[in-house]
Amino acid sequence: MWFKKTKEPKVQKKVKIPEGLWVKCDNCKEIIYKKEIDKNLKVCPKCNYHFRISAKERIKLLADEGTFIELDSDISSSDPLKFKDSLTYPERIKENQKKSGMQEAVISGEALLSGTPVIFVIMDFSFMGGSMGSVVGEKIARAAETALEKKLPMISVASSGGARMQEGIFSLMQMAKVSAAIGRLKDNGVPFISVLADPTFGGVAASFAMLGDVIIAEPRSLIGFAGPRVIEQTMKQQLPDNFQRAEFLLEHGLIDTVVSRENMKETLAKLIRLLA
Amino acid sequence: MRYYLEFEKPIEELEIKIEELKRLSDRKEIDITSEIKKLEKKAKELRSEIFSNLSPWQKTTLARHPERPYTLDYITLITEDFIELHGDRRFADDPAIIGGFARINDKTLMIIGHQKGRGTKERIYRNFGQPQPEGYRKALRLMRLAERFKKPIVTFIDTPGAYPGIGAEERGQSEAIATNLMEMSRIKTPIISIVIGEGGSGGALALGVSDRVFMVEHSVYSVISPEGCAAILWRKDGDLGAEEFAKAADALKLTAQDLLRFKVIDDIIPEPLGGAHRDSAAVAKNIADVVIKSIEDLSSKSAGKLIEDRYKRLRKMGSLEFAGT
Repeated sequence: MWFKKTKEPKVQKKVKIPEGLWVKCDNCKEIIYKKEIDKNLKVCPKCNYHFRISAKERIKLLADEGTFIELDSDISSSDPLKFKDSLTYPERIKENQKKSGMQEAVISGEALLSGTPVIFVIMDFSFMGGSMGSVVGEKIARAAETALEKKLPMISVASSGGARMQEGIFSLMQMAKVSAAIGRLKDNGVPFISVLADPTFGGVAASFAMLGDVIIAEPRSLIGFAGPRVIEQTMKQQLPDNFQRAEFLLEHGLIDTVVSRENMKETLAKLIRLLA
Repeated sequence: MRYYLEFEKPIEELEIKIEELKRLSDRKEIDITSEIKKLEKKAKELRSEIFSNLSPWQKTTLARHPERPYTLDYITLITEDFIELHGDRRFADDPAIIGGFARINDKTLMIIGHQKGRGTKERIYRNFGQPQPEGYRKALRLMRLAERFKKPIVTFIDTPGAYPGIGAEERGQSEAIATNLMEMSRIKTPIISIVIGEGGSGGALALGVSDRVFMVEHSVYSVISPEGCAAILWRKDGDLGAEEFAKAADALKLTAQDLLRFKVIDDIIPEPLGGAHRDSAAVAKNIADVVIKSIEDLSSKSAGKLIEDRYKRLRKMGSLEFAGT
């Protein structure tokens, strides 16, 4: 949730990708022909910046074509707090469904990855900042239980600002729920690989995302507990260069490796072969 | 001098008046005891009226009251033979979380809790009760120690949140919290948690994955502070005030009463009129009763059953609808 309060300190205004023929890279500010970026897996050809991509695009990249079978798509959230800001929470959900083309902030499913069956849990930042409420928590817990039952490796791709404020304490409790479900995979030797995409913060970072047997991040992804602006305000000092970037986490021993989008599928397939 | 919160101002006026009259009656020969008694009765009525109608924001300020009893106060009041155990054996000892063995009712248990400081110097030493990763790692080390010797664990929750700092990020704040959540779900001895003041988000939950969870009457527990919520909703930066915080506190449904209604907690532990700080021994006694009873209830369960039931408890958390139902 903290991430919502923040903007990356040194990055200027975000540019929406879908519109127009030309796109300005969030990182190097280079103006690039959109088709060129699309062809390059939404990675900037000039600076290797990995644009945020949707869960559906992610599935295309990671699952063998036509093998993805979605799980638990019939769960939706109620409005336990009767939460209202400028919109009511149900209105907010509808708006995000329309905007993102997603039912919720995560898709889970079974698919083949280079021929091997796996369980995928893939978050989509464009749905309410990928925030984790009851539905996201439930789908992840169920995916872990399915992975356990079928003894299939589980792979998650996180991209989230954290817990979903609109569900209050219920969102907080999802952190415990999903972490307990991951605990059962560990007890039973079922591999869980966690991929961290830009951004991964708050209640998602502080639960399943940091519990992978192996943790892989996409280059330059922002990953942390508290958002950079909150930290800057608390510390009243300039943040170090590269702070909370994937490479910073690698340097501090917090993740196993940084892998570019282009090599992600191959790396995951290799790991699963090694762990089998 | 007692510290009064904004909404206690009418009580403060009365109590100051009572004090003045008492001093007067000590010095002079006039008898004003009946006058004092009348005012004391009035003060009690006023307190009762104010405290039975506290808004969520007022409760939040009460939960943060500088005189509110903290973990160490309760340890002193309800346990014997407490011995504090320090350090995470990795990097440091975090004074924002304390822990150690103690006895209640002749039973050994592990007590762990967030610790805020009283007075500026100690407050800074305790980092305002905001733990670093080392605090969570120490807590987990102590829980495993308790598990090894088959001792139940009691945690006291009282933190604004995990510390948002550069060092905390460098040393894996997220990982420390996540690991506690996972490991607490499978510790083989009973765990009982009590929110005694502020339950601030993941930094609170990292001591709160338990078999029984209680909240003291005027404590709060939330995914985000009212201030944080207000800043997101009405991003005005800087000129947010009590009015916005009160609105956010209402929206978040963060009181003990809300959480009991949501079935997120098991029960509420009563506070004396005027809040826990008015009679911390009374609250401590109520806490001790609940702890003793919970340990009795849980001690008959096998380790396997304990963990199974704890998992089921966590699995039920959420507010969901299913298509077609």
